[in-house]
Amino acid sequence: MQRFPCPFCGLRDEREFHYAGELGKTRPATFTKVSDKEWRDYLYAYRNEKGAAEEVWVHLTCREMFVMCRDTVTMEVIETRALRKEVSS
Amino acid sequence: MTARRLASGGLIDRTKVLRFRFDGRDYTGHPGDTLASALLASGVRIMGRSFKYHRPRGVWGAWFDDPGAIFNVALNGIELPNCPATTTPLIDGMEARAVNAWPSAERDIKGALDLFHRVLPAGFYYKTFMWPDWHLFEPSIRKMAGLGSVDGQTLEGFQTDQIHAHCDLLVVGGGLAGLAAARAAAEAGQHVVMVEDHPETGGSAYQLAQIEGQSPERWVADTVDAINVAGGEVITNATAYGVYDHQLVAIAQDRGFGFAPRLIRMRATKCLLASGALDRPLTFANNDRPGVMSLSGAVEFLSRYGVLVGDQVVVMASHCLAHSQIESLEAAGVRLRVIDPGTDLPRALSGKYLSALEIRGDLHPCDTILTSAGLTPVLHLWSHAGGKLIWDETFATFLPGTGPDWIEVIGAAAGTFDADDALAEARAKACGGPAPSRRYSYSATPPEAHLGSRHRQWIDLQHDVTLDDIELAARENYVSVEHLKRYTTLGMASDQGKTSNIAGLSAMAALQGKSIPEVGTTTFRPPFVPIPLELYHGAHRTQQNRPLKRLPLEPQHRAANAALGEYGGWLRPGWYGGGDPQVEVQREALQARETAGIFDASPLGKIEVMGPDAEAFVNFVYYNAFNTLKPGHIRYGFMLTEQGVVYDDGVITRIDENRFIISCSSSHVDGVYAHLEAWRQDGNDPDRIFVHDTTQNWATLALTGPKARAILSKVDLGIDLSNNAFPHMQMRTGTFERYPVRVARVSFTGDTSFEISVRADAAVTLWDALSCHANPIGTEAISILRAEKGYLIIGKDTDGESMPHDLGFGASRTKKSAAFVGDRGLHTEKANGPNRKRLVGFEVSDGAAPLPTGAHVVTHSDGKQITRGFVSSSYQSPNLNRPIALGLVDQRIPEGTQVELFHLGKYLTATLCAACVFDPEGERLHAE
Repeated sequence: MQRFPCPFCGLRDEREFHYAGELGKTRPATFTKVSDKEWRDYLYAYRNEKGAAEEVWVHLTCREMFVMCRDTVTMEVIETRALRKEVSS
Repeated sequence: MTARRLASGGLIDRTKVLRFRFDGRDYTGHPGDTLASALLASGVRIMGRSFKYHRPRGVWGAWFDDPGAIFNVALNGIELPNCPATTTPLIDGMEARAVNAWPSAERDIKGALDLFHRVLPAGFYYKTFMWPDWHLFEPSIRKMAGLGSVDGQTLEGFQTDQIHAHCDLLVVGGGLAGLAAARAAAEAGQHVVMVEDHPETGGSAYQLAQIEGQSPERWVADTVDAINVAGGEVITNATAYGVYDHQLVAIAQDRGFGFAPRLIRMRATKCLLASGALDRPLTFANNDRPGVMSLSGAVEFLSRYGVLVGDQVVVMASHCLAHSQIESLEAAGVRLRVIDPGTDLPRALSGKYLSALEIRGDLHPCDTILTSAGLTPVLHLWSHAGGKLIWDETFATFLPGTGPDWIEVIGAAAGTFDADDALAEARAKACGGPAPSRRYSYSATPPEAHLGSRHRQWIDLQHDVTLDDIELAARENYVSVEHLKRYTTLGMASDQGKTSNIAGLSAMAALQGKSIPEVGTTTFRPPFVPIPLELYHGAHRTQQNRPLKRLPLEPQHRAANAALGEYGGWLRPGWYGGGDPQVEVQREALQARETAGIFDASPLGKIEVMGPDAEAFVNFVYYNAFNTLKPGHIRYGFMLTEQGVVYDDGVITRIDENRFIISCSSSHVDGVYAHLEAWRQDGNDPDRIFVHDTTQNWATLALTGPKARAILSKVDLGIDLSNNAFPHMQMRTGTFERYPVRVARVSFTGDTSFEISVRADAAVTLWDALSCHANPIGTEAISILRAEKGYLIIGKDTDGESMPHDLGFGASRTKKSAAFVGDRGLHTEKANGPNRKRLVGFEVSDGAAPLPTGAHVVTHSDGKQITRGFVSSSYQSPNLNRPIALGLVDQRIPEGTQVELFHLGKYLTATLCAACVFDPEGERLHAE
């Protein structure tokens, strides 16, 4: 079992967390024309990086979503930070 | 009788006698014994049969390294299979049987199988049962395979707990090195936990005459005291069996016979692995005979249990530390001869019992042969943690190489076999220092494998893998160790190759003329010892895994004879009255249409969305337009996935400009809340929206039926309930007793309905005020009432492809004036395909029974039967006095068509109709 540091609660076991997708997915402006390919890429095409990958996770017990930079090969957690700063700025 | 108990020595308590049975015979032992030591002391040699040939087996080792003696053990009505005799502490009254033998290990009727060993080589199954079909033979082969059996009685209450623990330093192994390291670290102020798998600490310390001037017992006791005094924790009967990601060490703590072990999930900042070393077996002719044992095992039986394993002993050892073990056996009174086999192949001779060792034509009479082809450090956990193994030529074994920096190996596991060296190393490493150089050197010279011999030489004692089998595998090109293992089943027995691994590797190396490191080694995987699956399961079951949500009015429902059942995670009344369910449900559904019914709707979602961006947010997460909703008004809406599929439906109330209440389906509250939070935080400004789930803070009673208004007006809420003042799909606030109350005019039945919500702690007062005027109705009756109206239950009347336009709600798809979740998904080719399934009703002919839910609408084309949809809900309607049903059916089949249905091999007919079959004009909804 792995442990992840929630930026708000600290180090907790993996079962308190849920993966919520890759960081950097921007929803296409659907009120304008969005091509099938663009929509498919948004929904299903993941970068699926080997090595350091930035992901959005949610800590189920405090319900905060946050950014986790994780090495997908070694499982090492490189960094976690709040998601809200990125949205607000 | 070959082995015997000495009058003194060991850790056993000779003043008490324990009685037990093995294979139907009575024996005795003492507290401190294992089943194996007590049997050995009683002169029992044959304790099991091998897996394949049913060859007689004795014990090889004294602890977890023994592959031979595996028992079914019964005690006080509990029977556990596959208990290793060497690690099962003896308890008075135990009844043990060898698992792979009948009627006994000594006289096993399948022993004759061994006569056919020439036609049962490695890969025998793969070669023999090919024709005509493996699956023909598989059931009976599977029945023969495996050891022991579990009965359901034993598993009753066989439940474990799991503990999460932390420490600065975890010491695995409570032998000399582990004890010294734990003491040094604890005294230096570290939070230390030491785990030891034996019932008592000390490991192989008891084999020594003295430790630092003290007796081993004294030294061990003093050290444990010092660890405790310094705040350290010593856990015995606990095996660290696996290392997992992020420094998790899994520890199984034995809680006594018949109890499931406890799982300790230990997070250690640092770990010192002091897991010791095992004897590598010597491979020679007939080396599987009972009486051929590990040298260390024999010394362990002597020093721990006071058992001399033999009377006349031959020792073959090929490492430099064996002499002290030989001396201790001699001192205990064994007649002992040391033989150096050199380059010749020794052969054990035996009738029923071992009689002699033959080498170079000489016969050496003996009853026991002790061997050690060198010491093998126990590095399984090191390997789990990602540590590498490197081959050392001098040591002739694998030693720890590079690995993660949080875990280090000390003592015999690191190749530091001398006691004084191990103590110095442990104390240095416990405090983070470098290991001092060793004062004593070690070397081993294991003899080469004797290939091409006509004698059978055994590598894996439990799975009956011989040197011949390995030669066969090599001939057939299974030379990779991973292939070799799977082809011959070498190392796949319950001991997982603790003893056979190195012997097998060296044989394969000799066969190929390679060195062992060139041949490689198989991967060690958890668990290190056999672990019951219950350990992983723990308390994560039924109520502890997913607790039922309970209603504040549960006692009132029970008093009304409610049949309580789980509906979407909630314990809810299915129906009331305590009579025949069919009758009660029909009665309730009829009553709700004729007069009124009270329905406990408390589980309905009450998620508040607040803030300056709340309007835009609700408008975005719902399919329907909510920016046009006025305060005090309510609107029905669909929540979609981005694929455009309906995830939930609900009614949304606008309390004021910046505040909404989302009343989603009872079973979807957690999911909808998570969905809202995800969109709030990832895609919106979370500082301008606040989402708060108040579902369990409020109790809701729904009053429905033609008399609903009249009944509610008997309760003073300070709300004008008239149709003009309070129309359908609006919300009013008032006061009930001294509590604030919300009344929503929404309906899931098609009749005038009021949903009255109060604080959860006022639920009983509200119930008392209403239930004296109307009878309660349960969830089952509500299901019928809503089906009569064609109202959906998402997930029951929809599936993973249903979109709003399939359900009669197509308008927003083209008309909504802002982006919303799922919008693009509604405009794909698939979403607009001709073969979409839409919601319909079914009518059956007069007198026919209700359609079975799940029946498929079928048509035939080219001789094939094709499904065109299915029945999703089906009931007997008491109000229409006929069966009704809803379903999803291909939109190209129009209403009015008679369709064929297929269900469990039978065909039925029905006619498609509108989903709503009761009061289609909706007059009752707005009735005065």
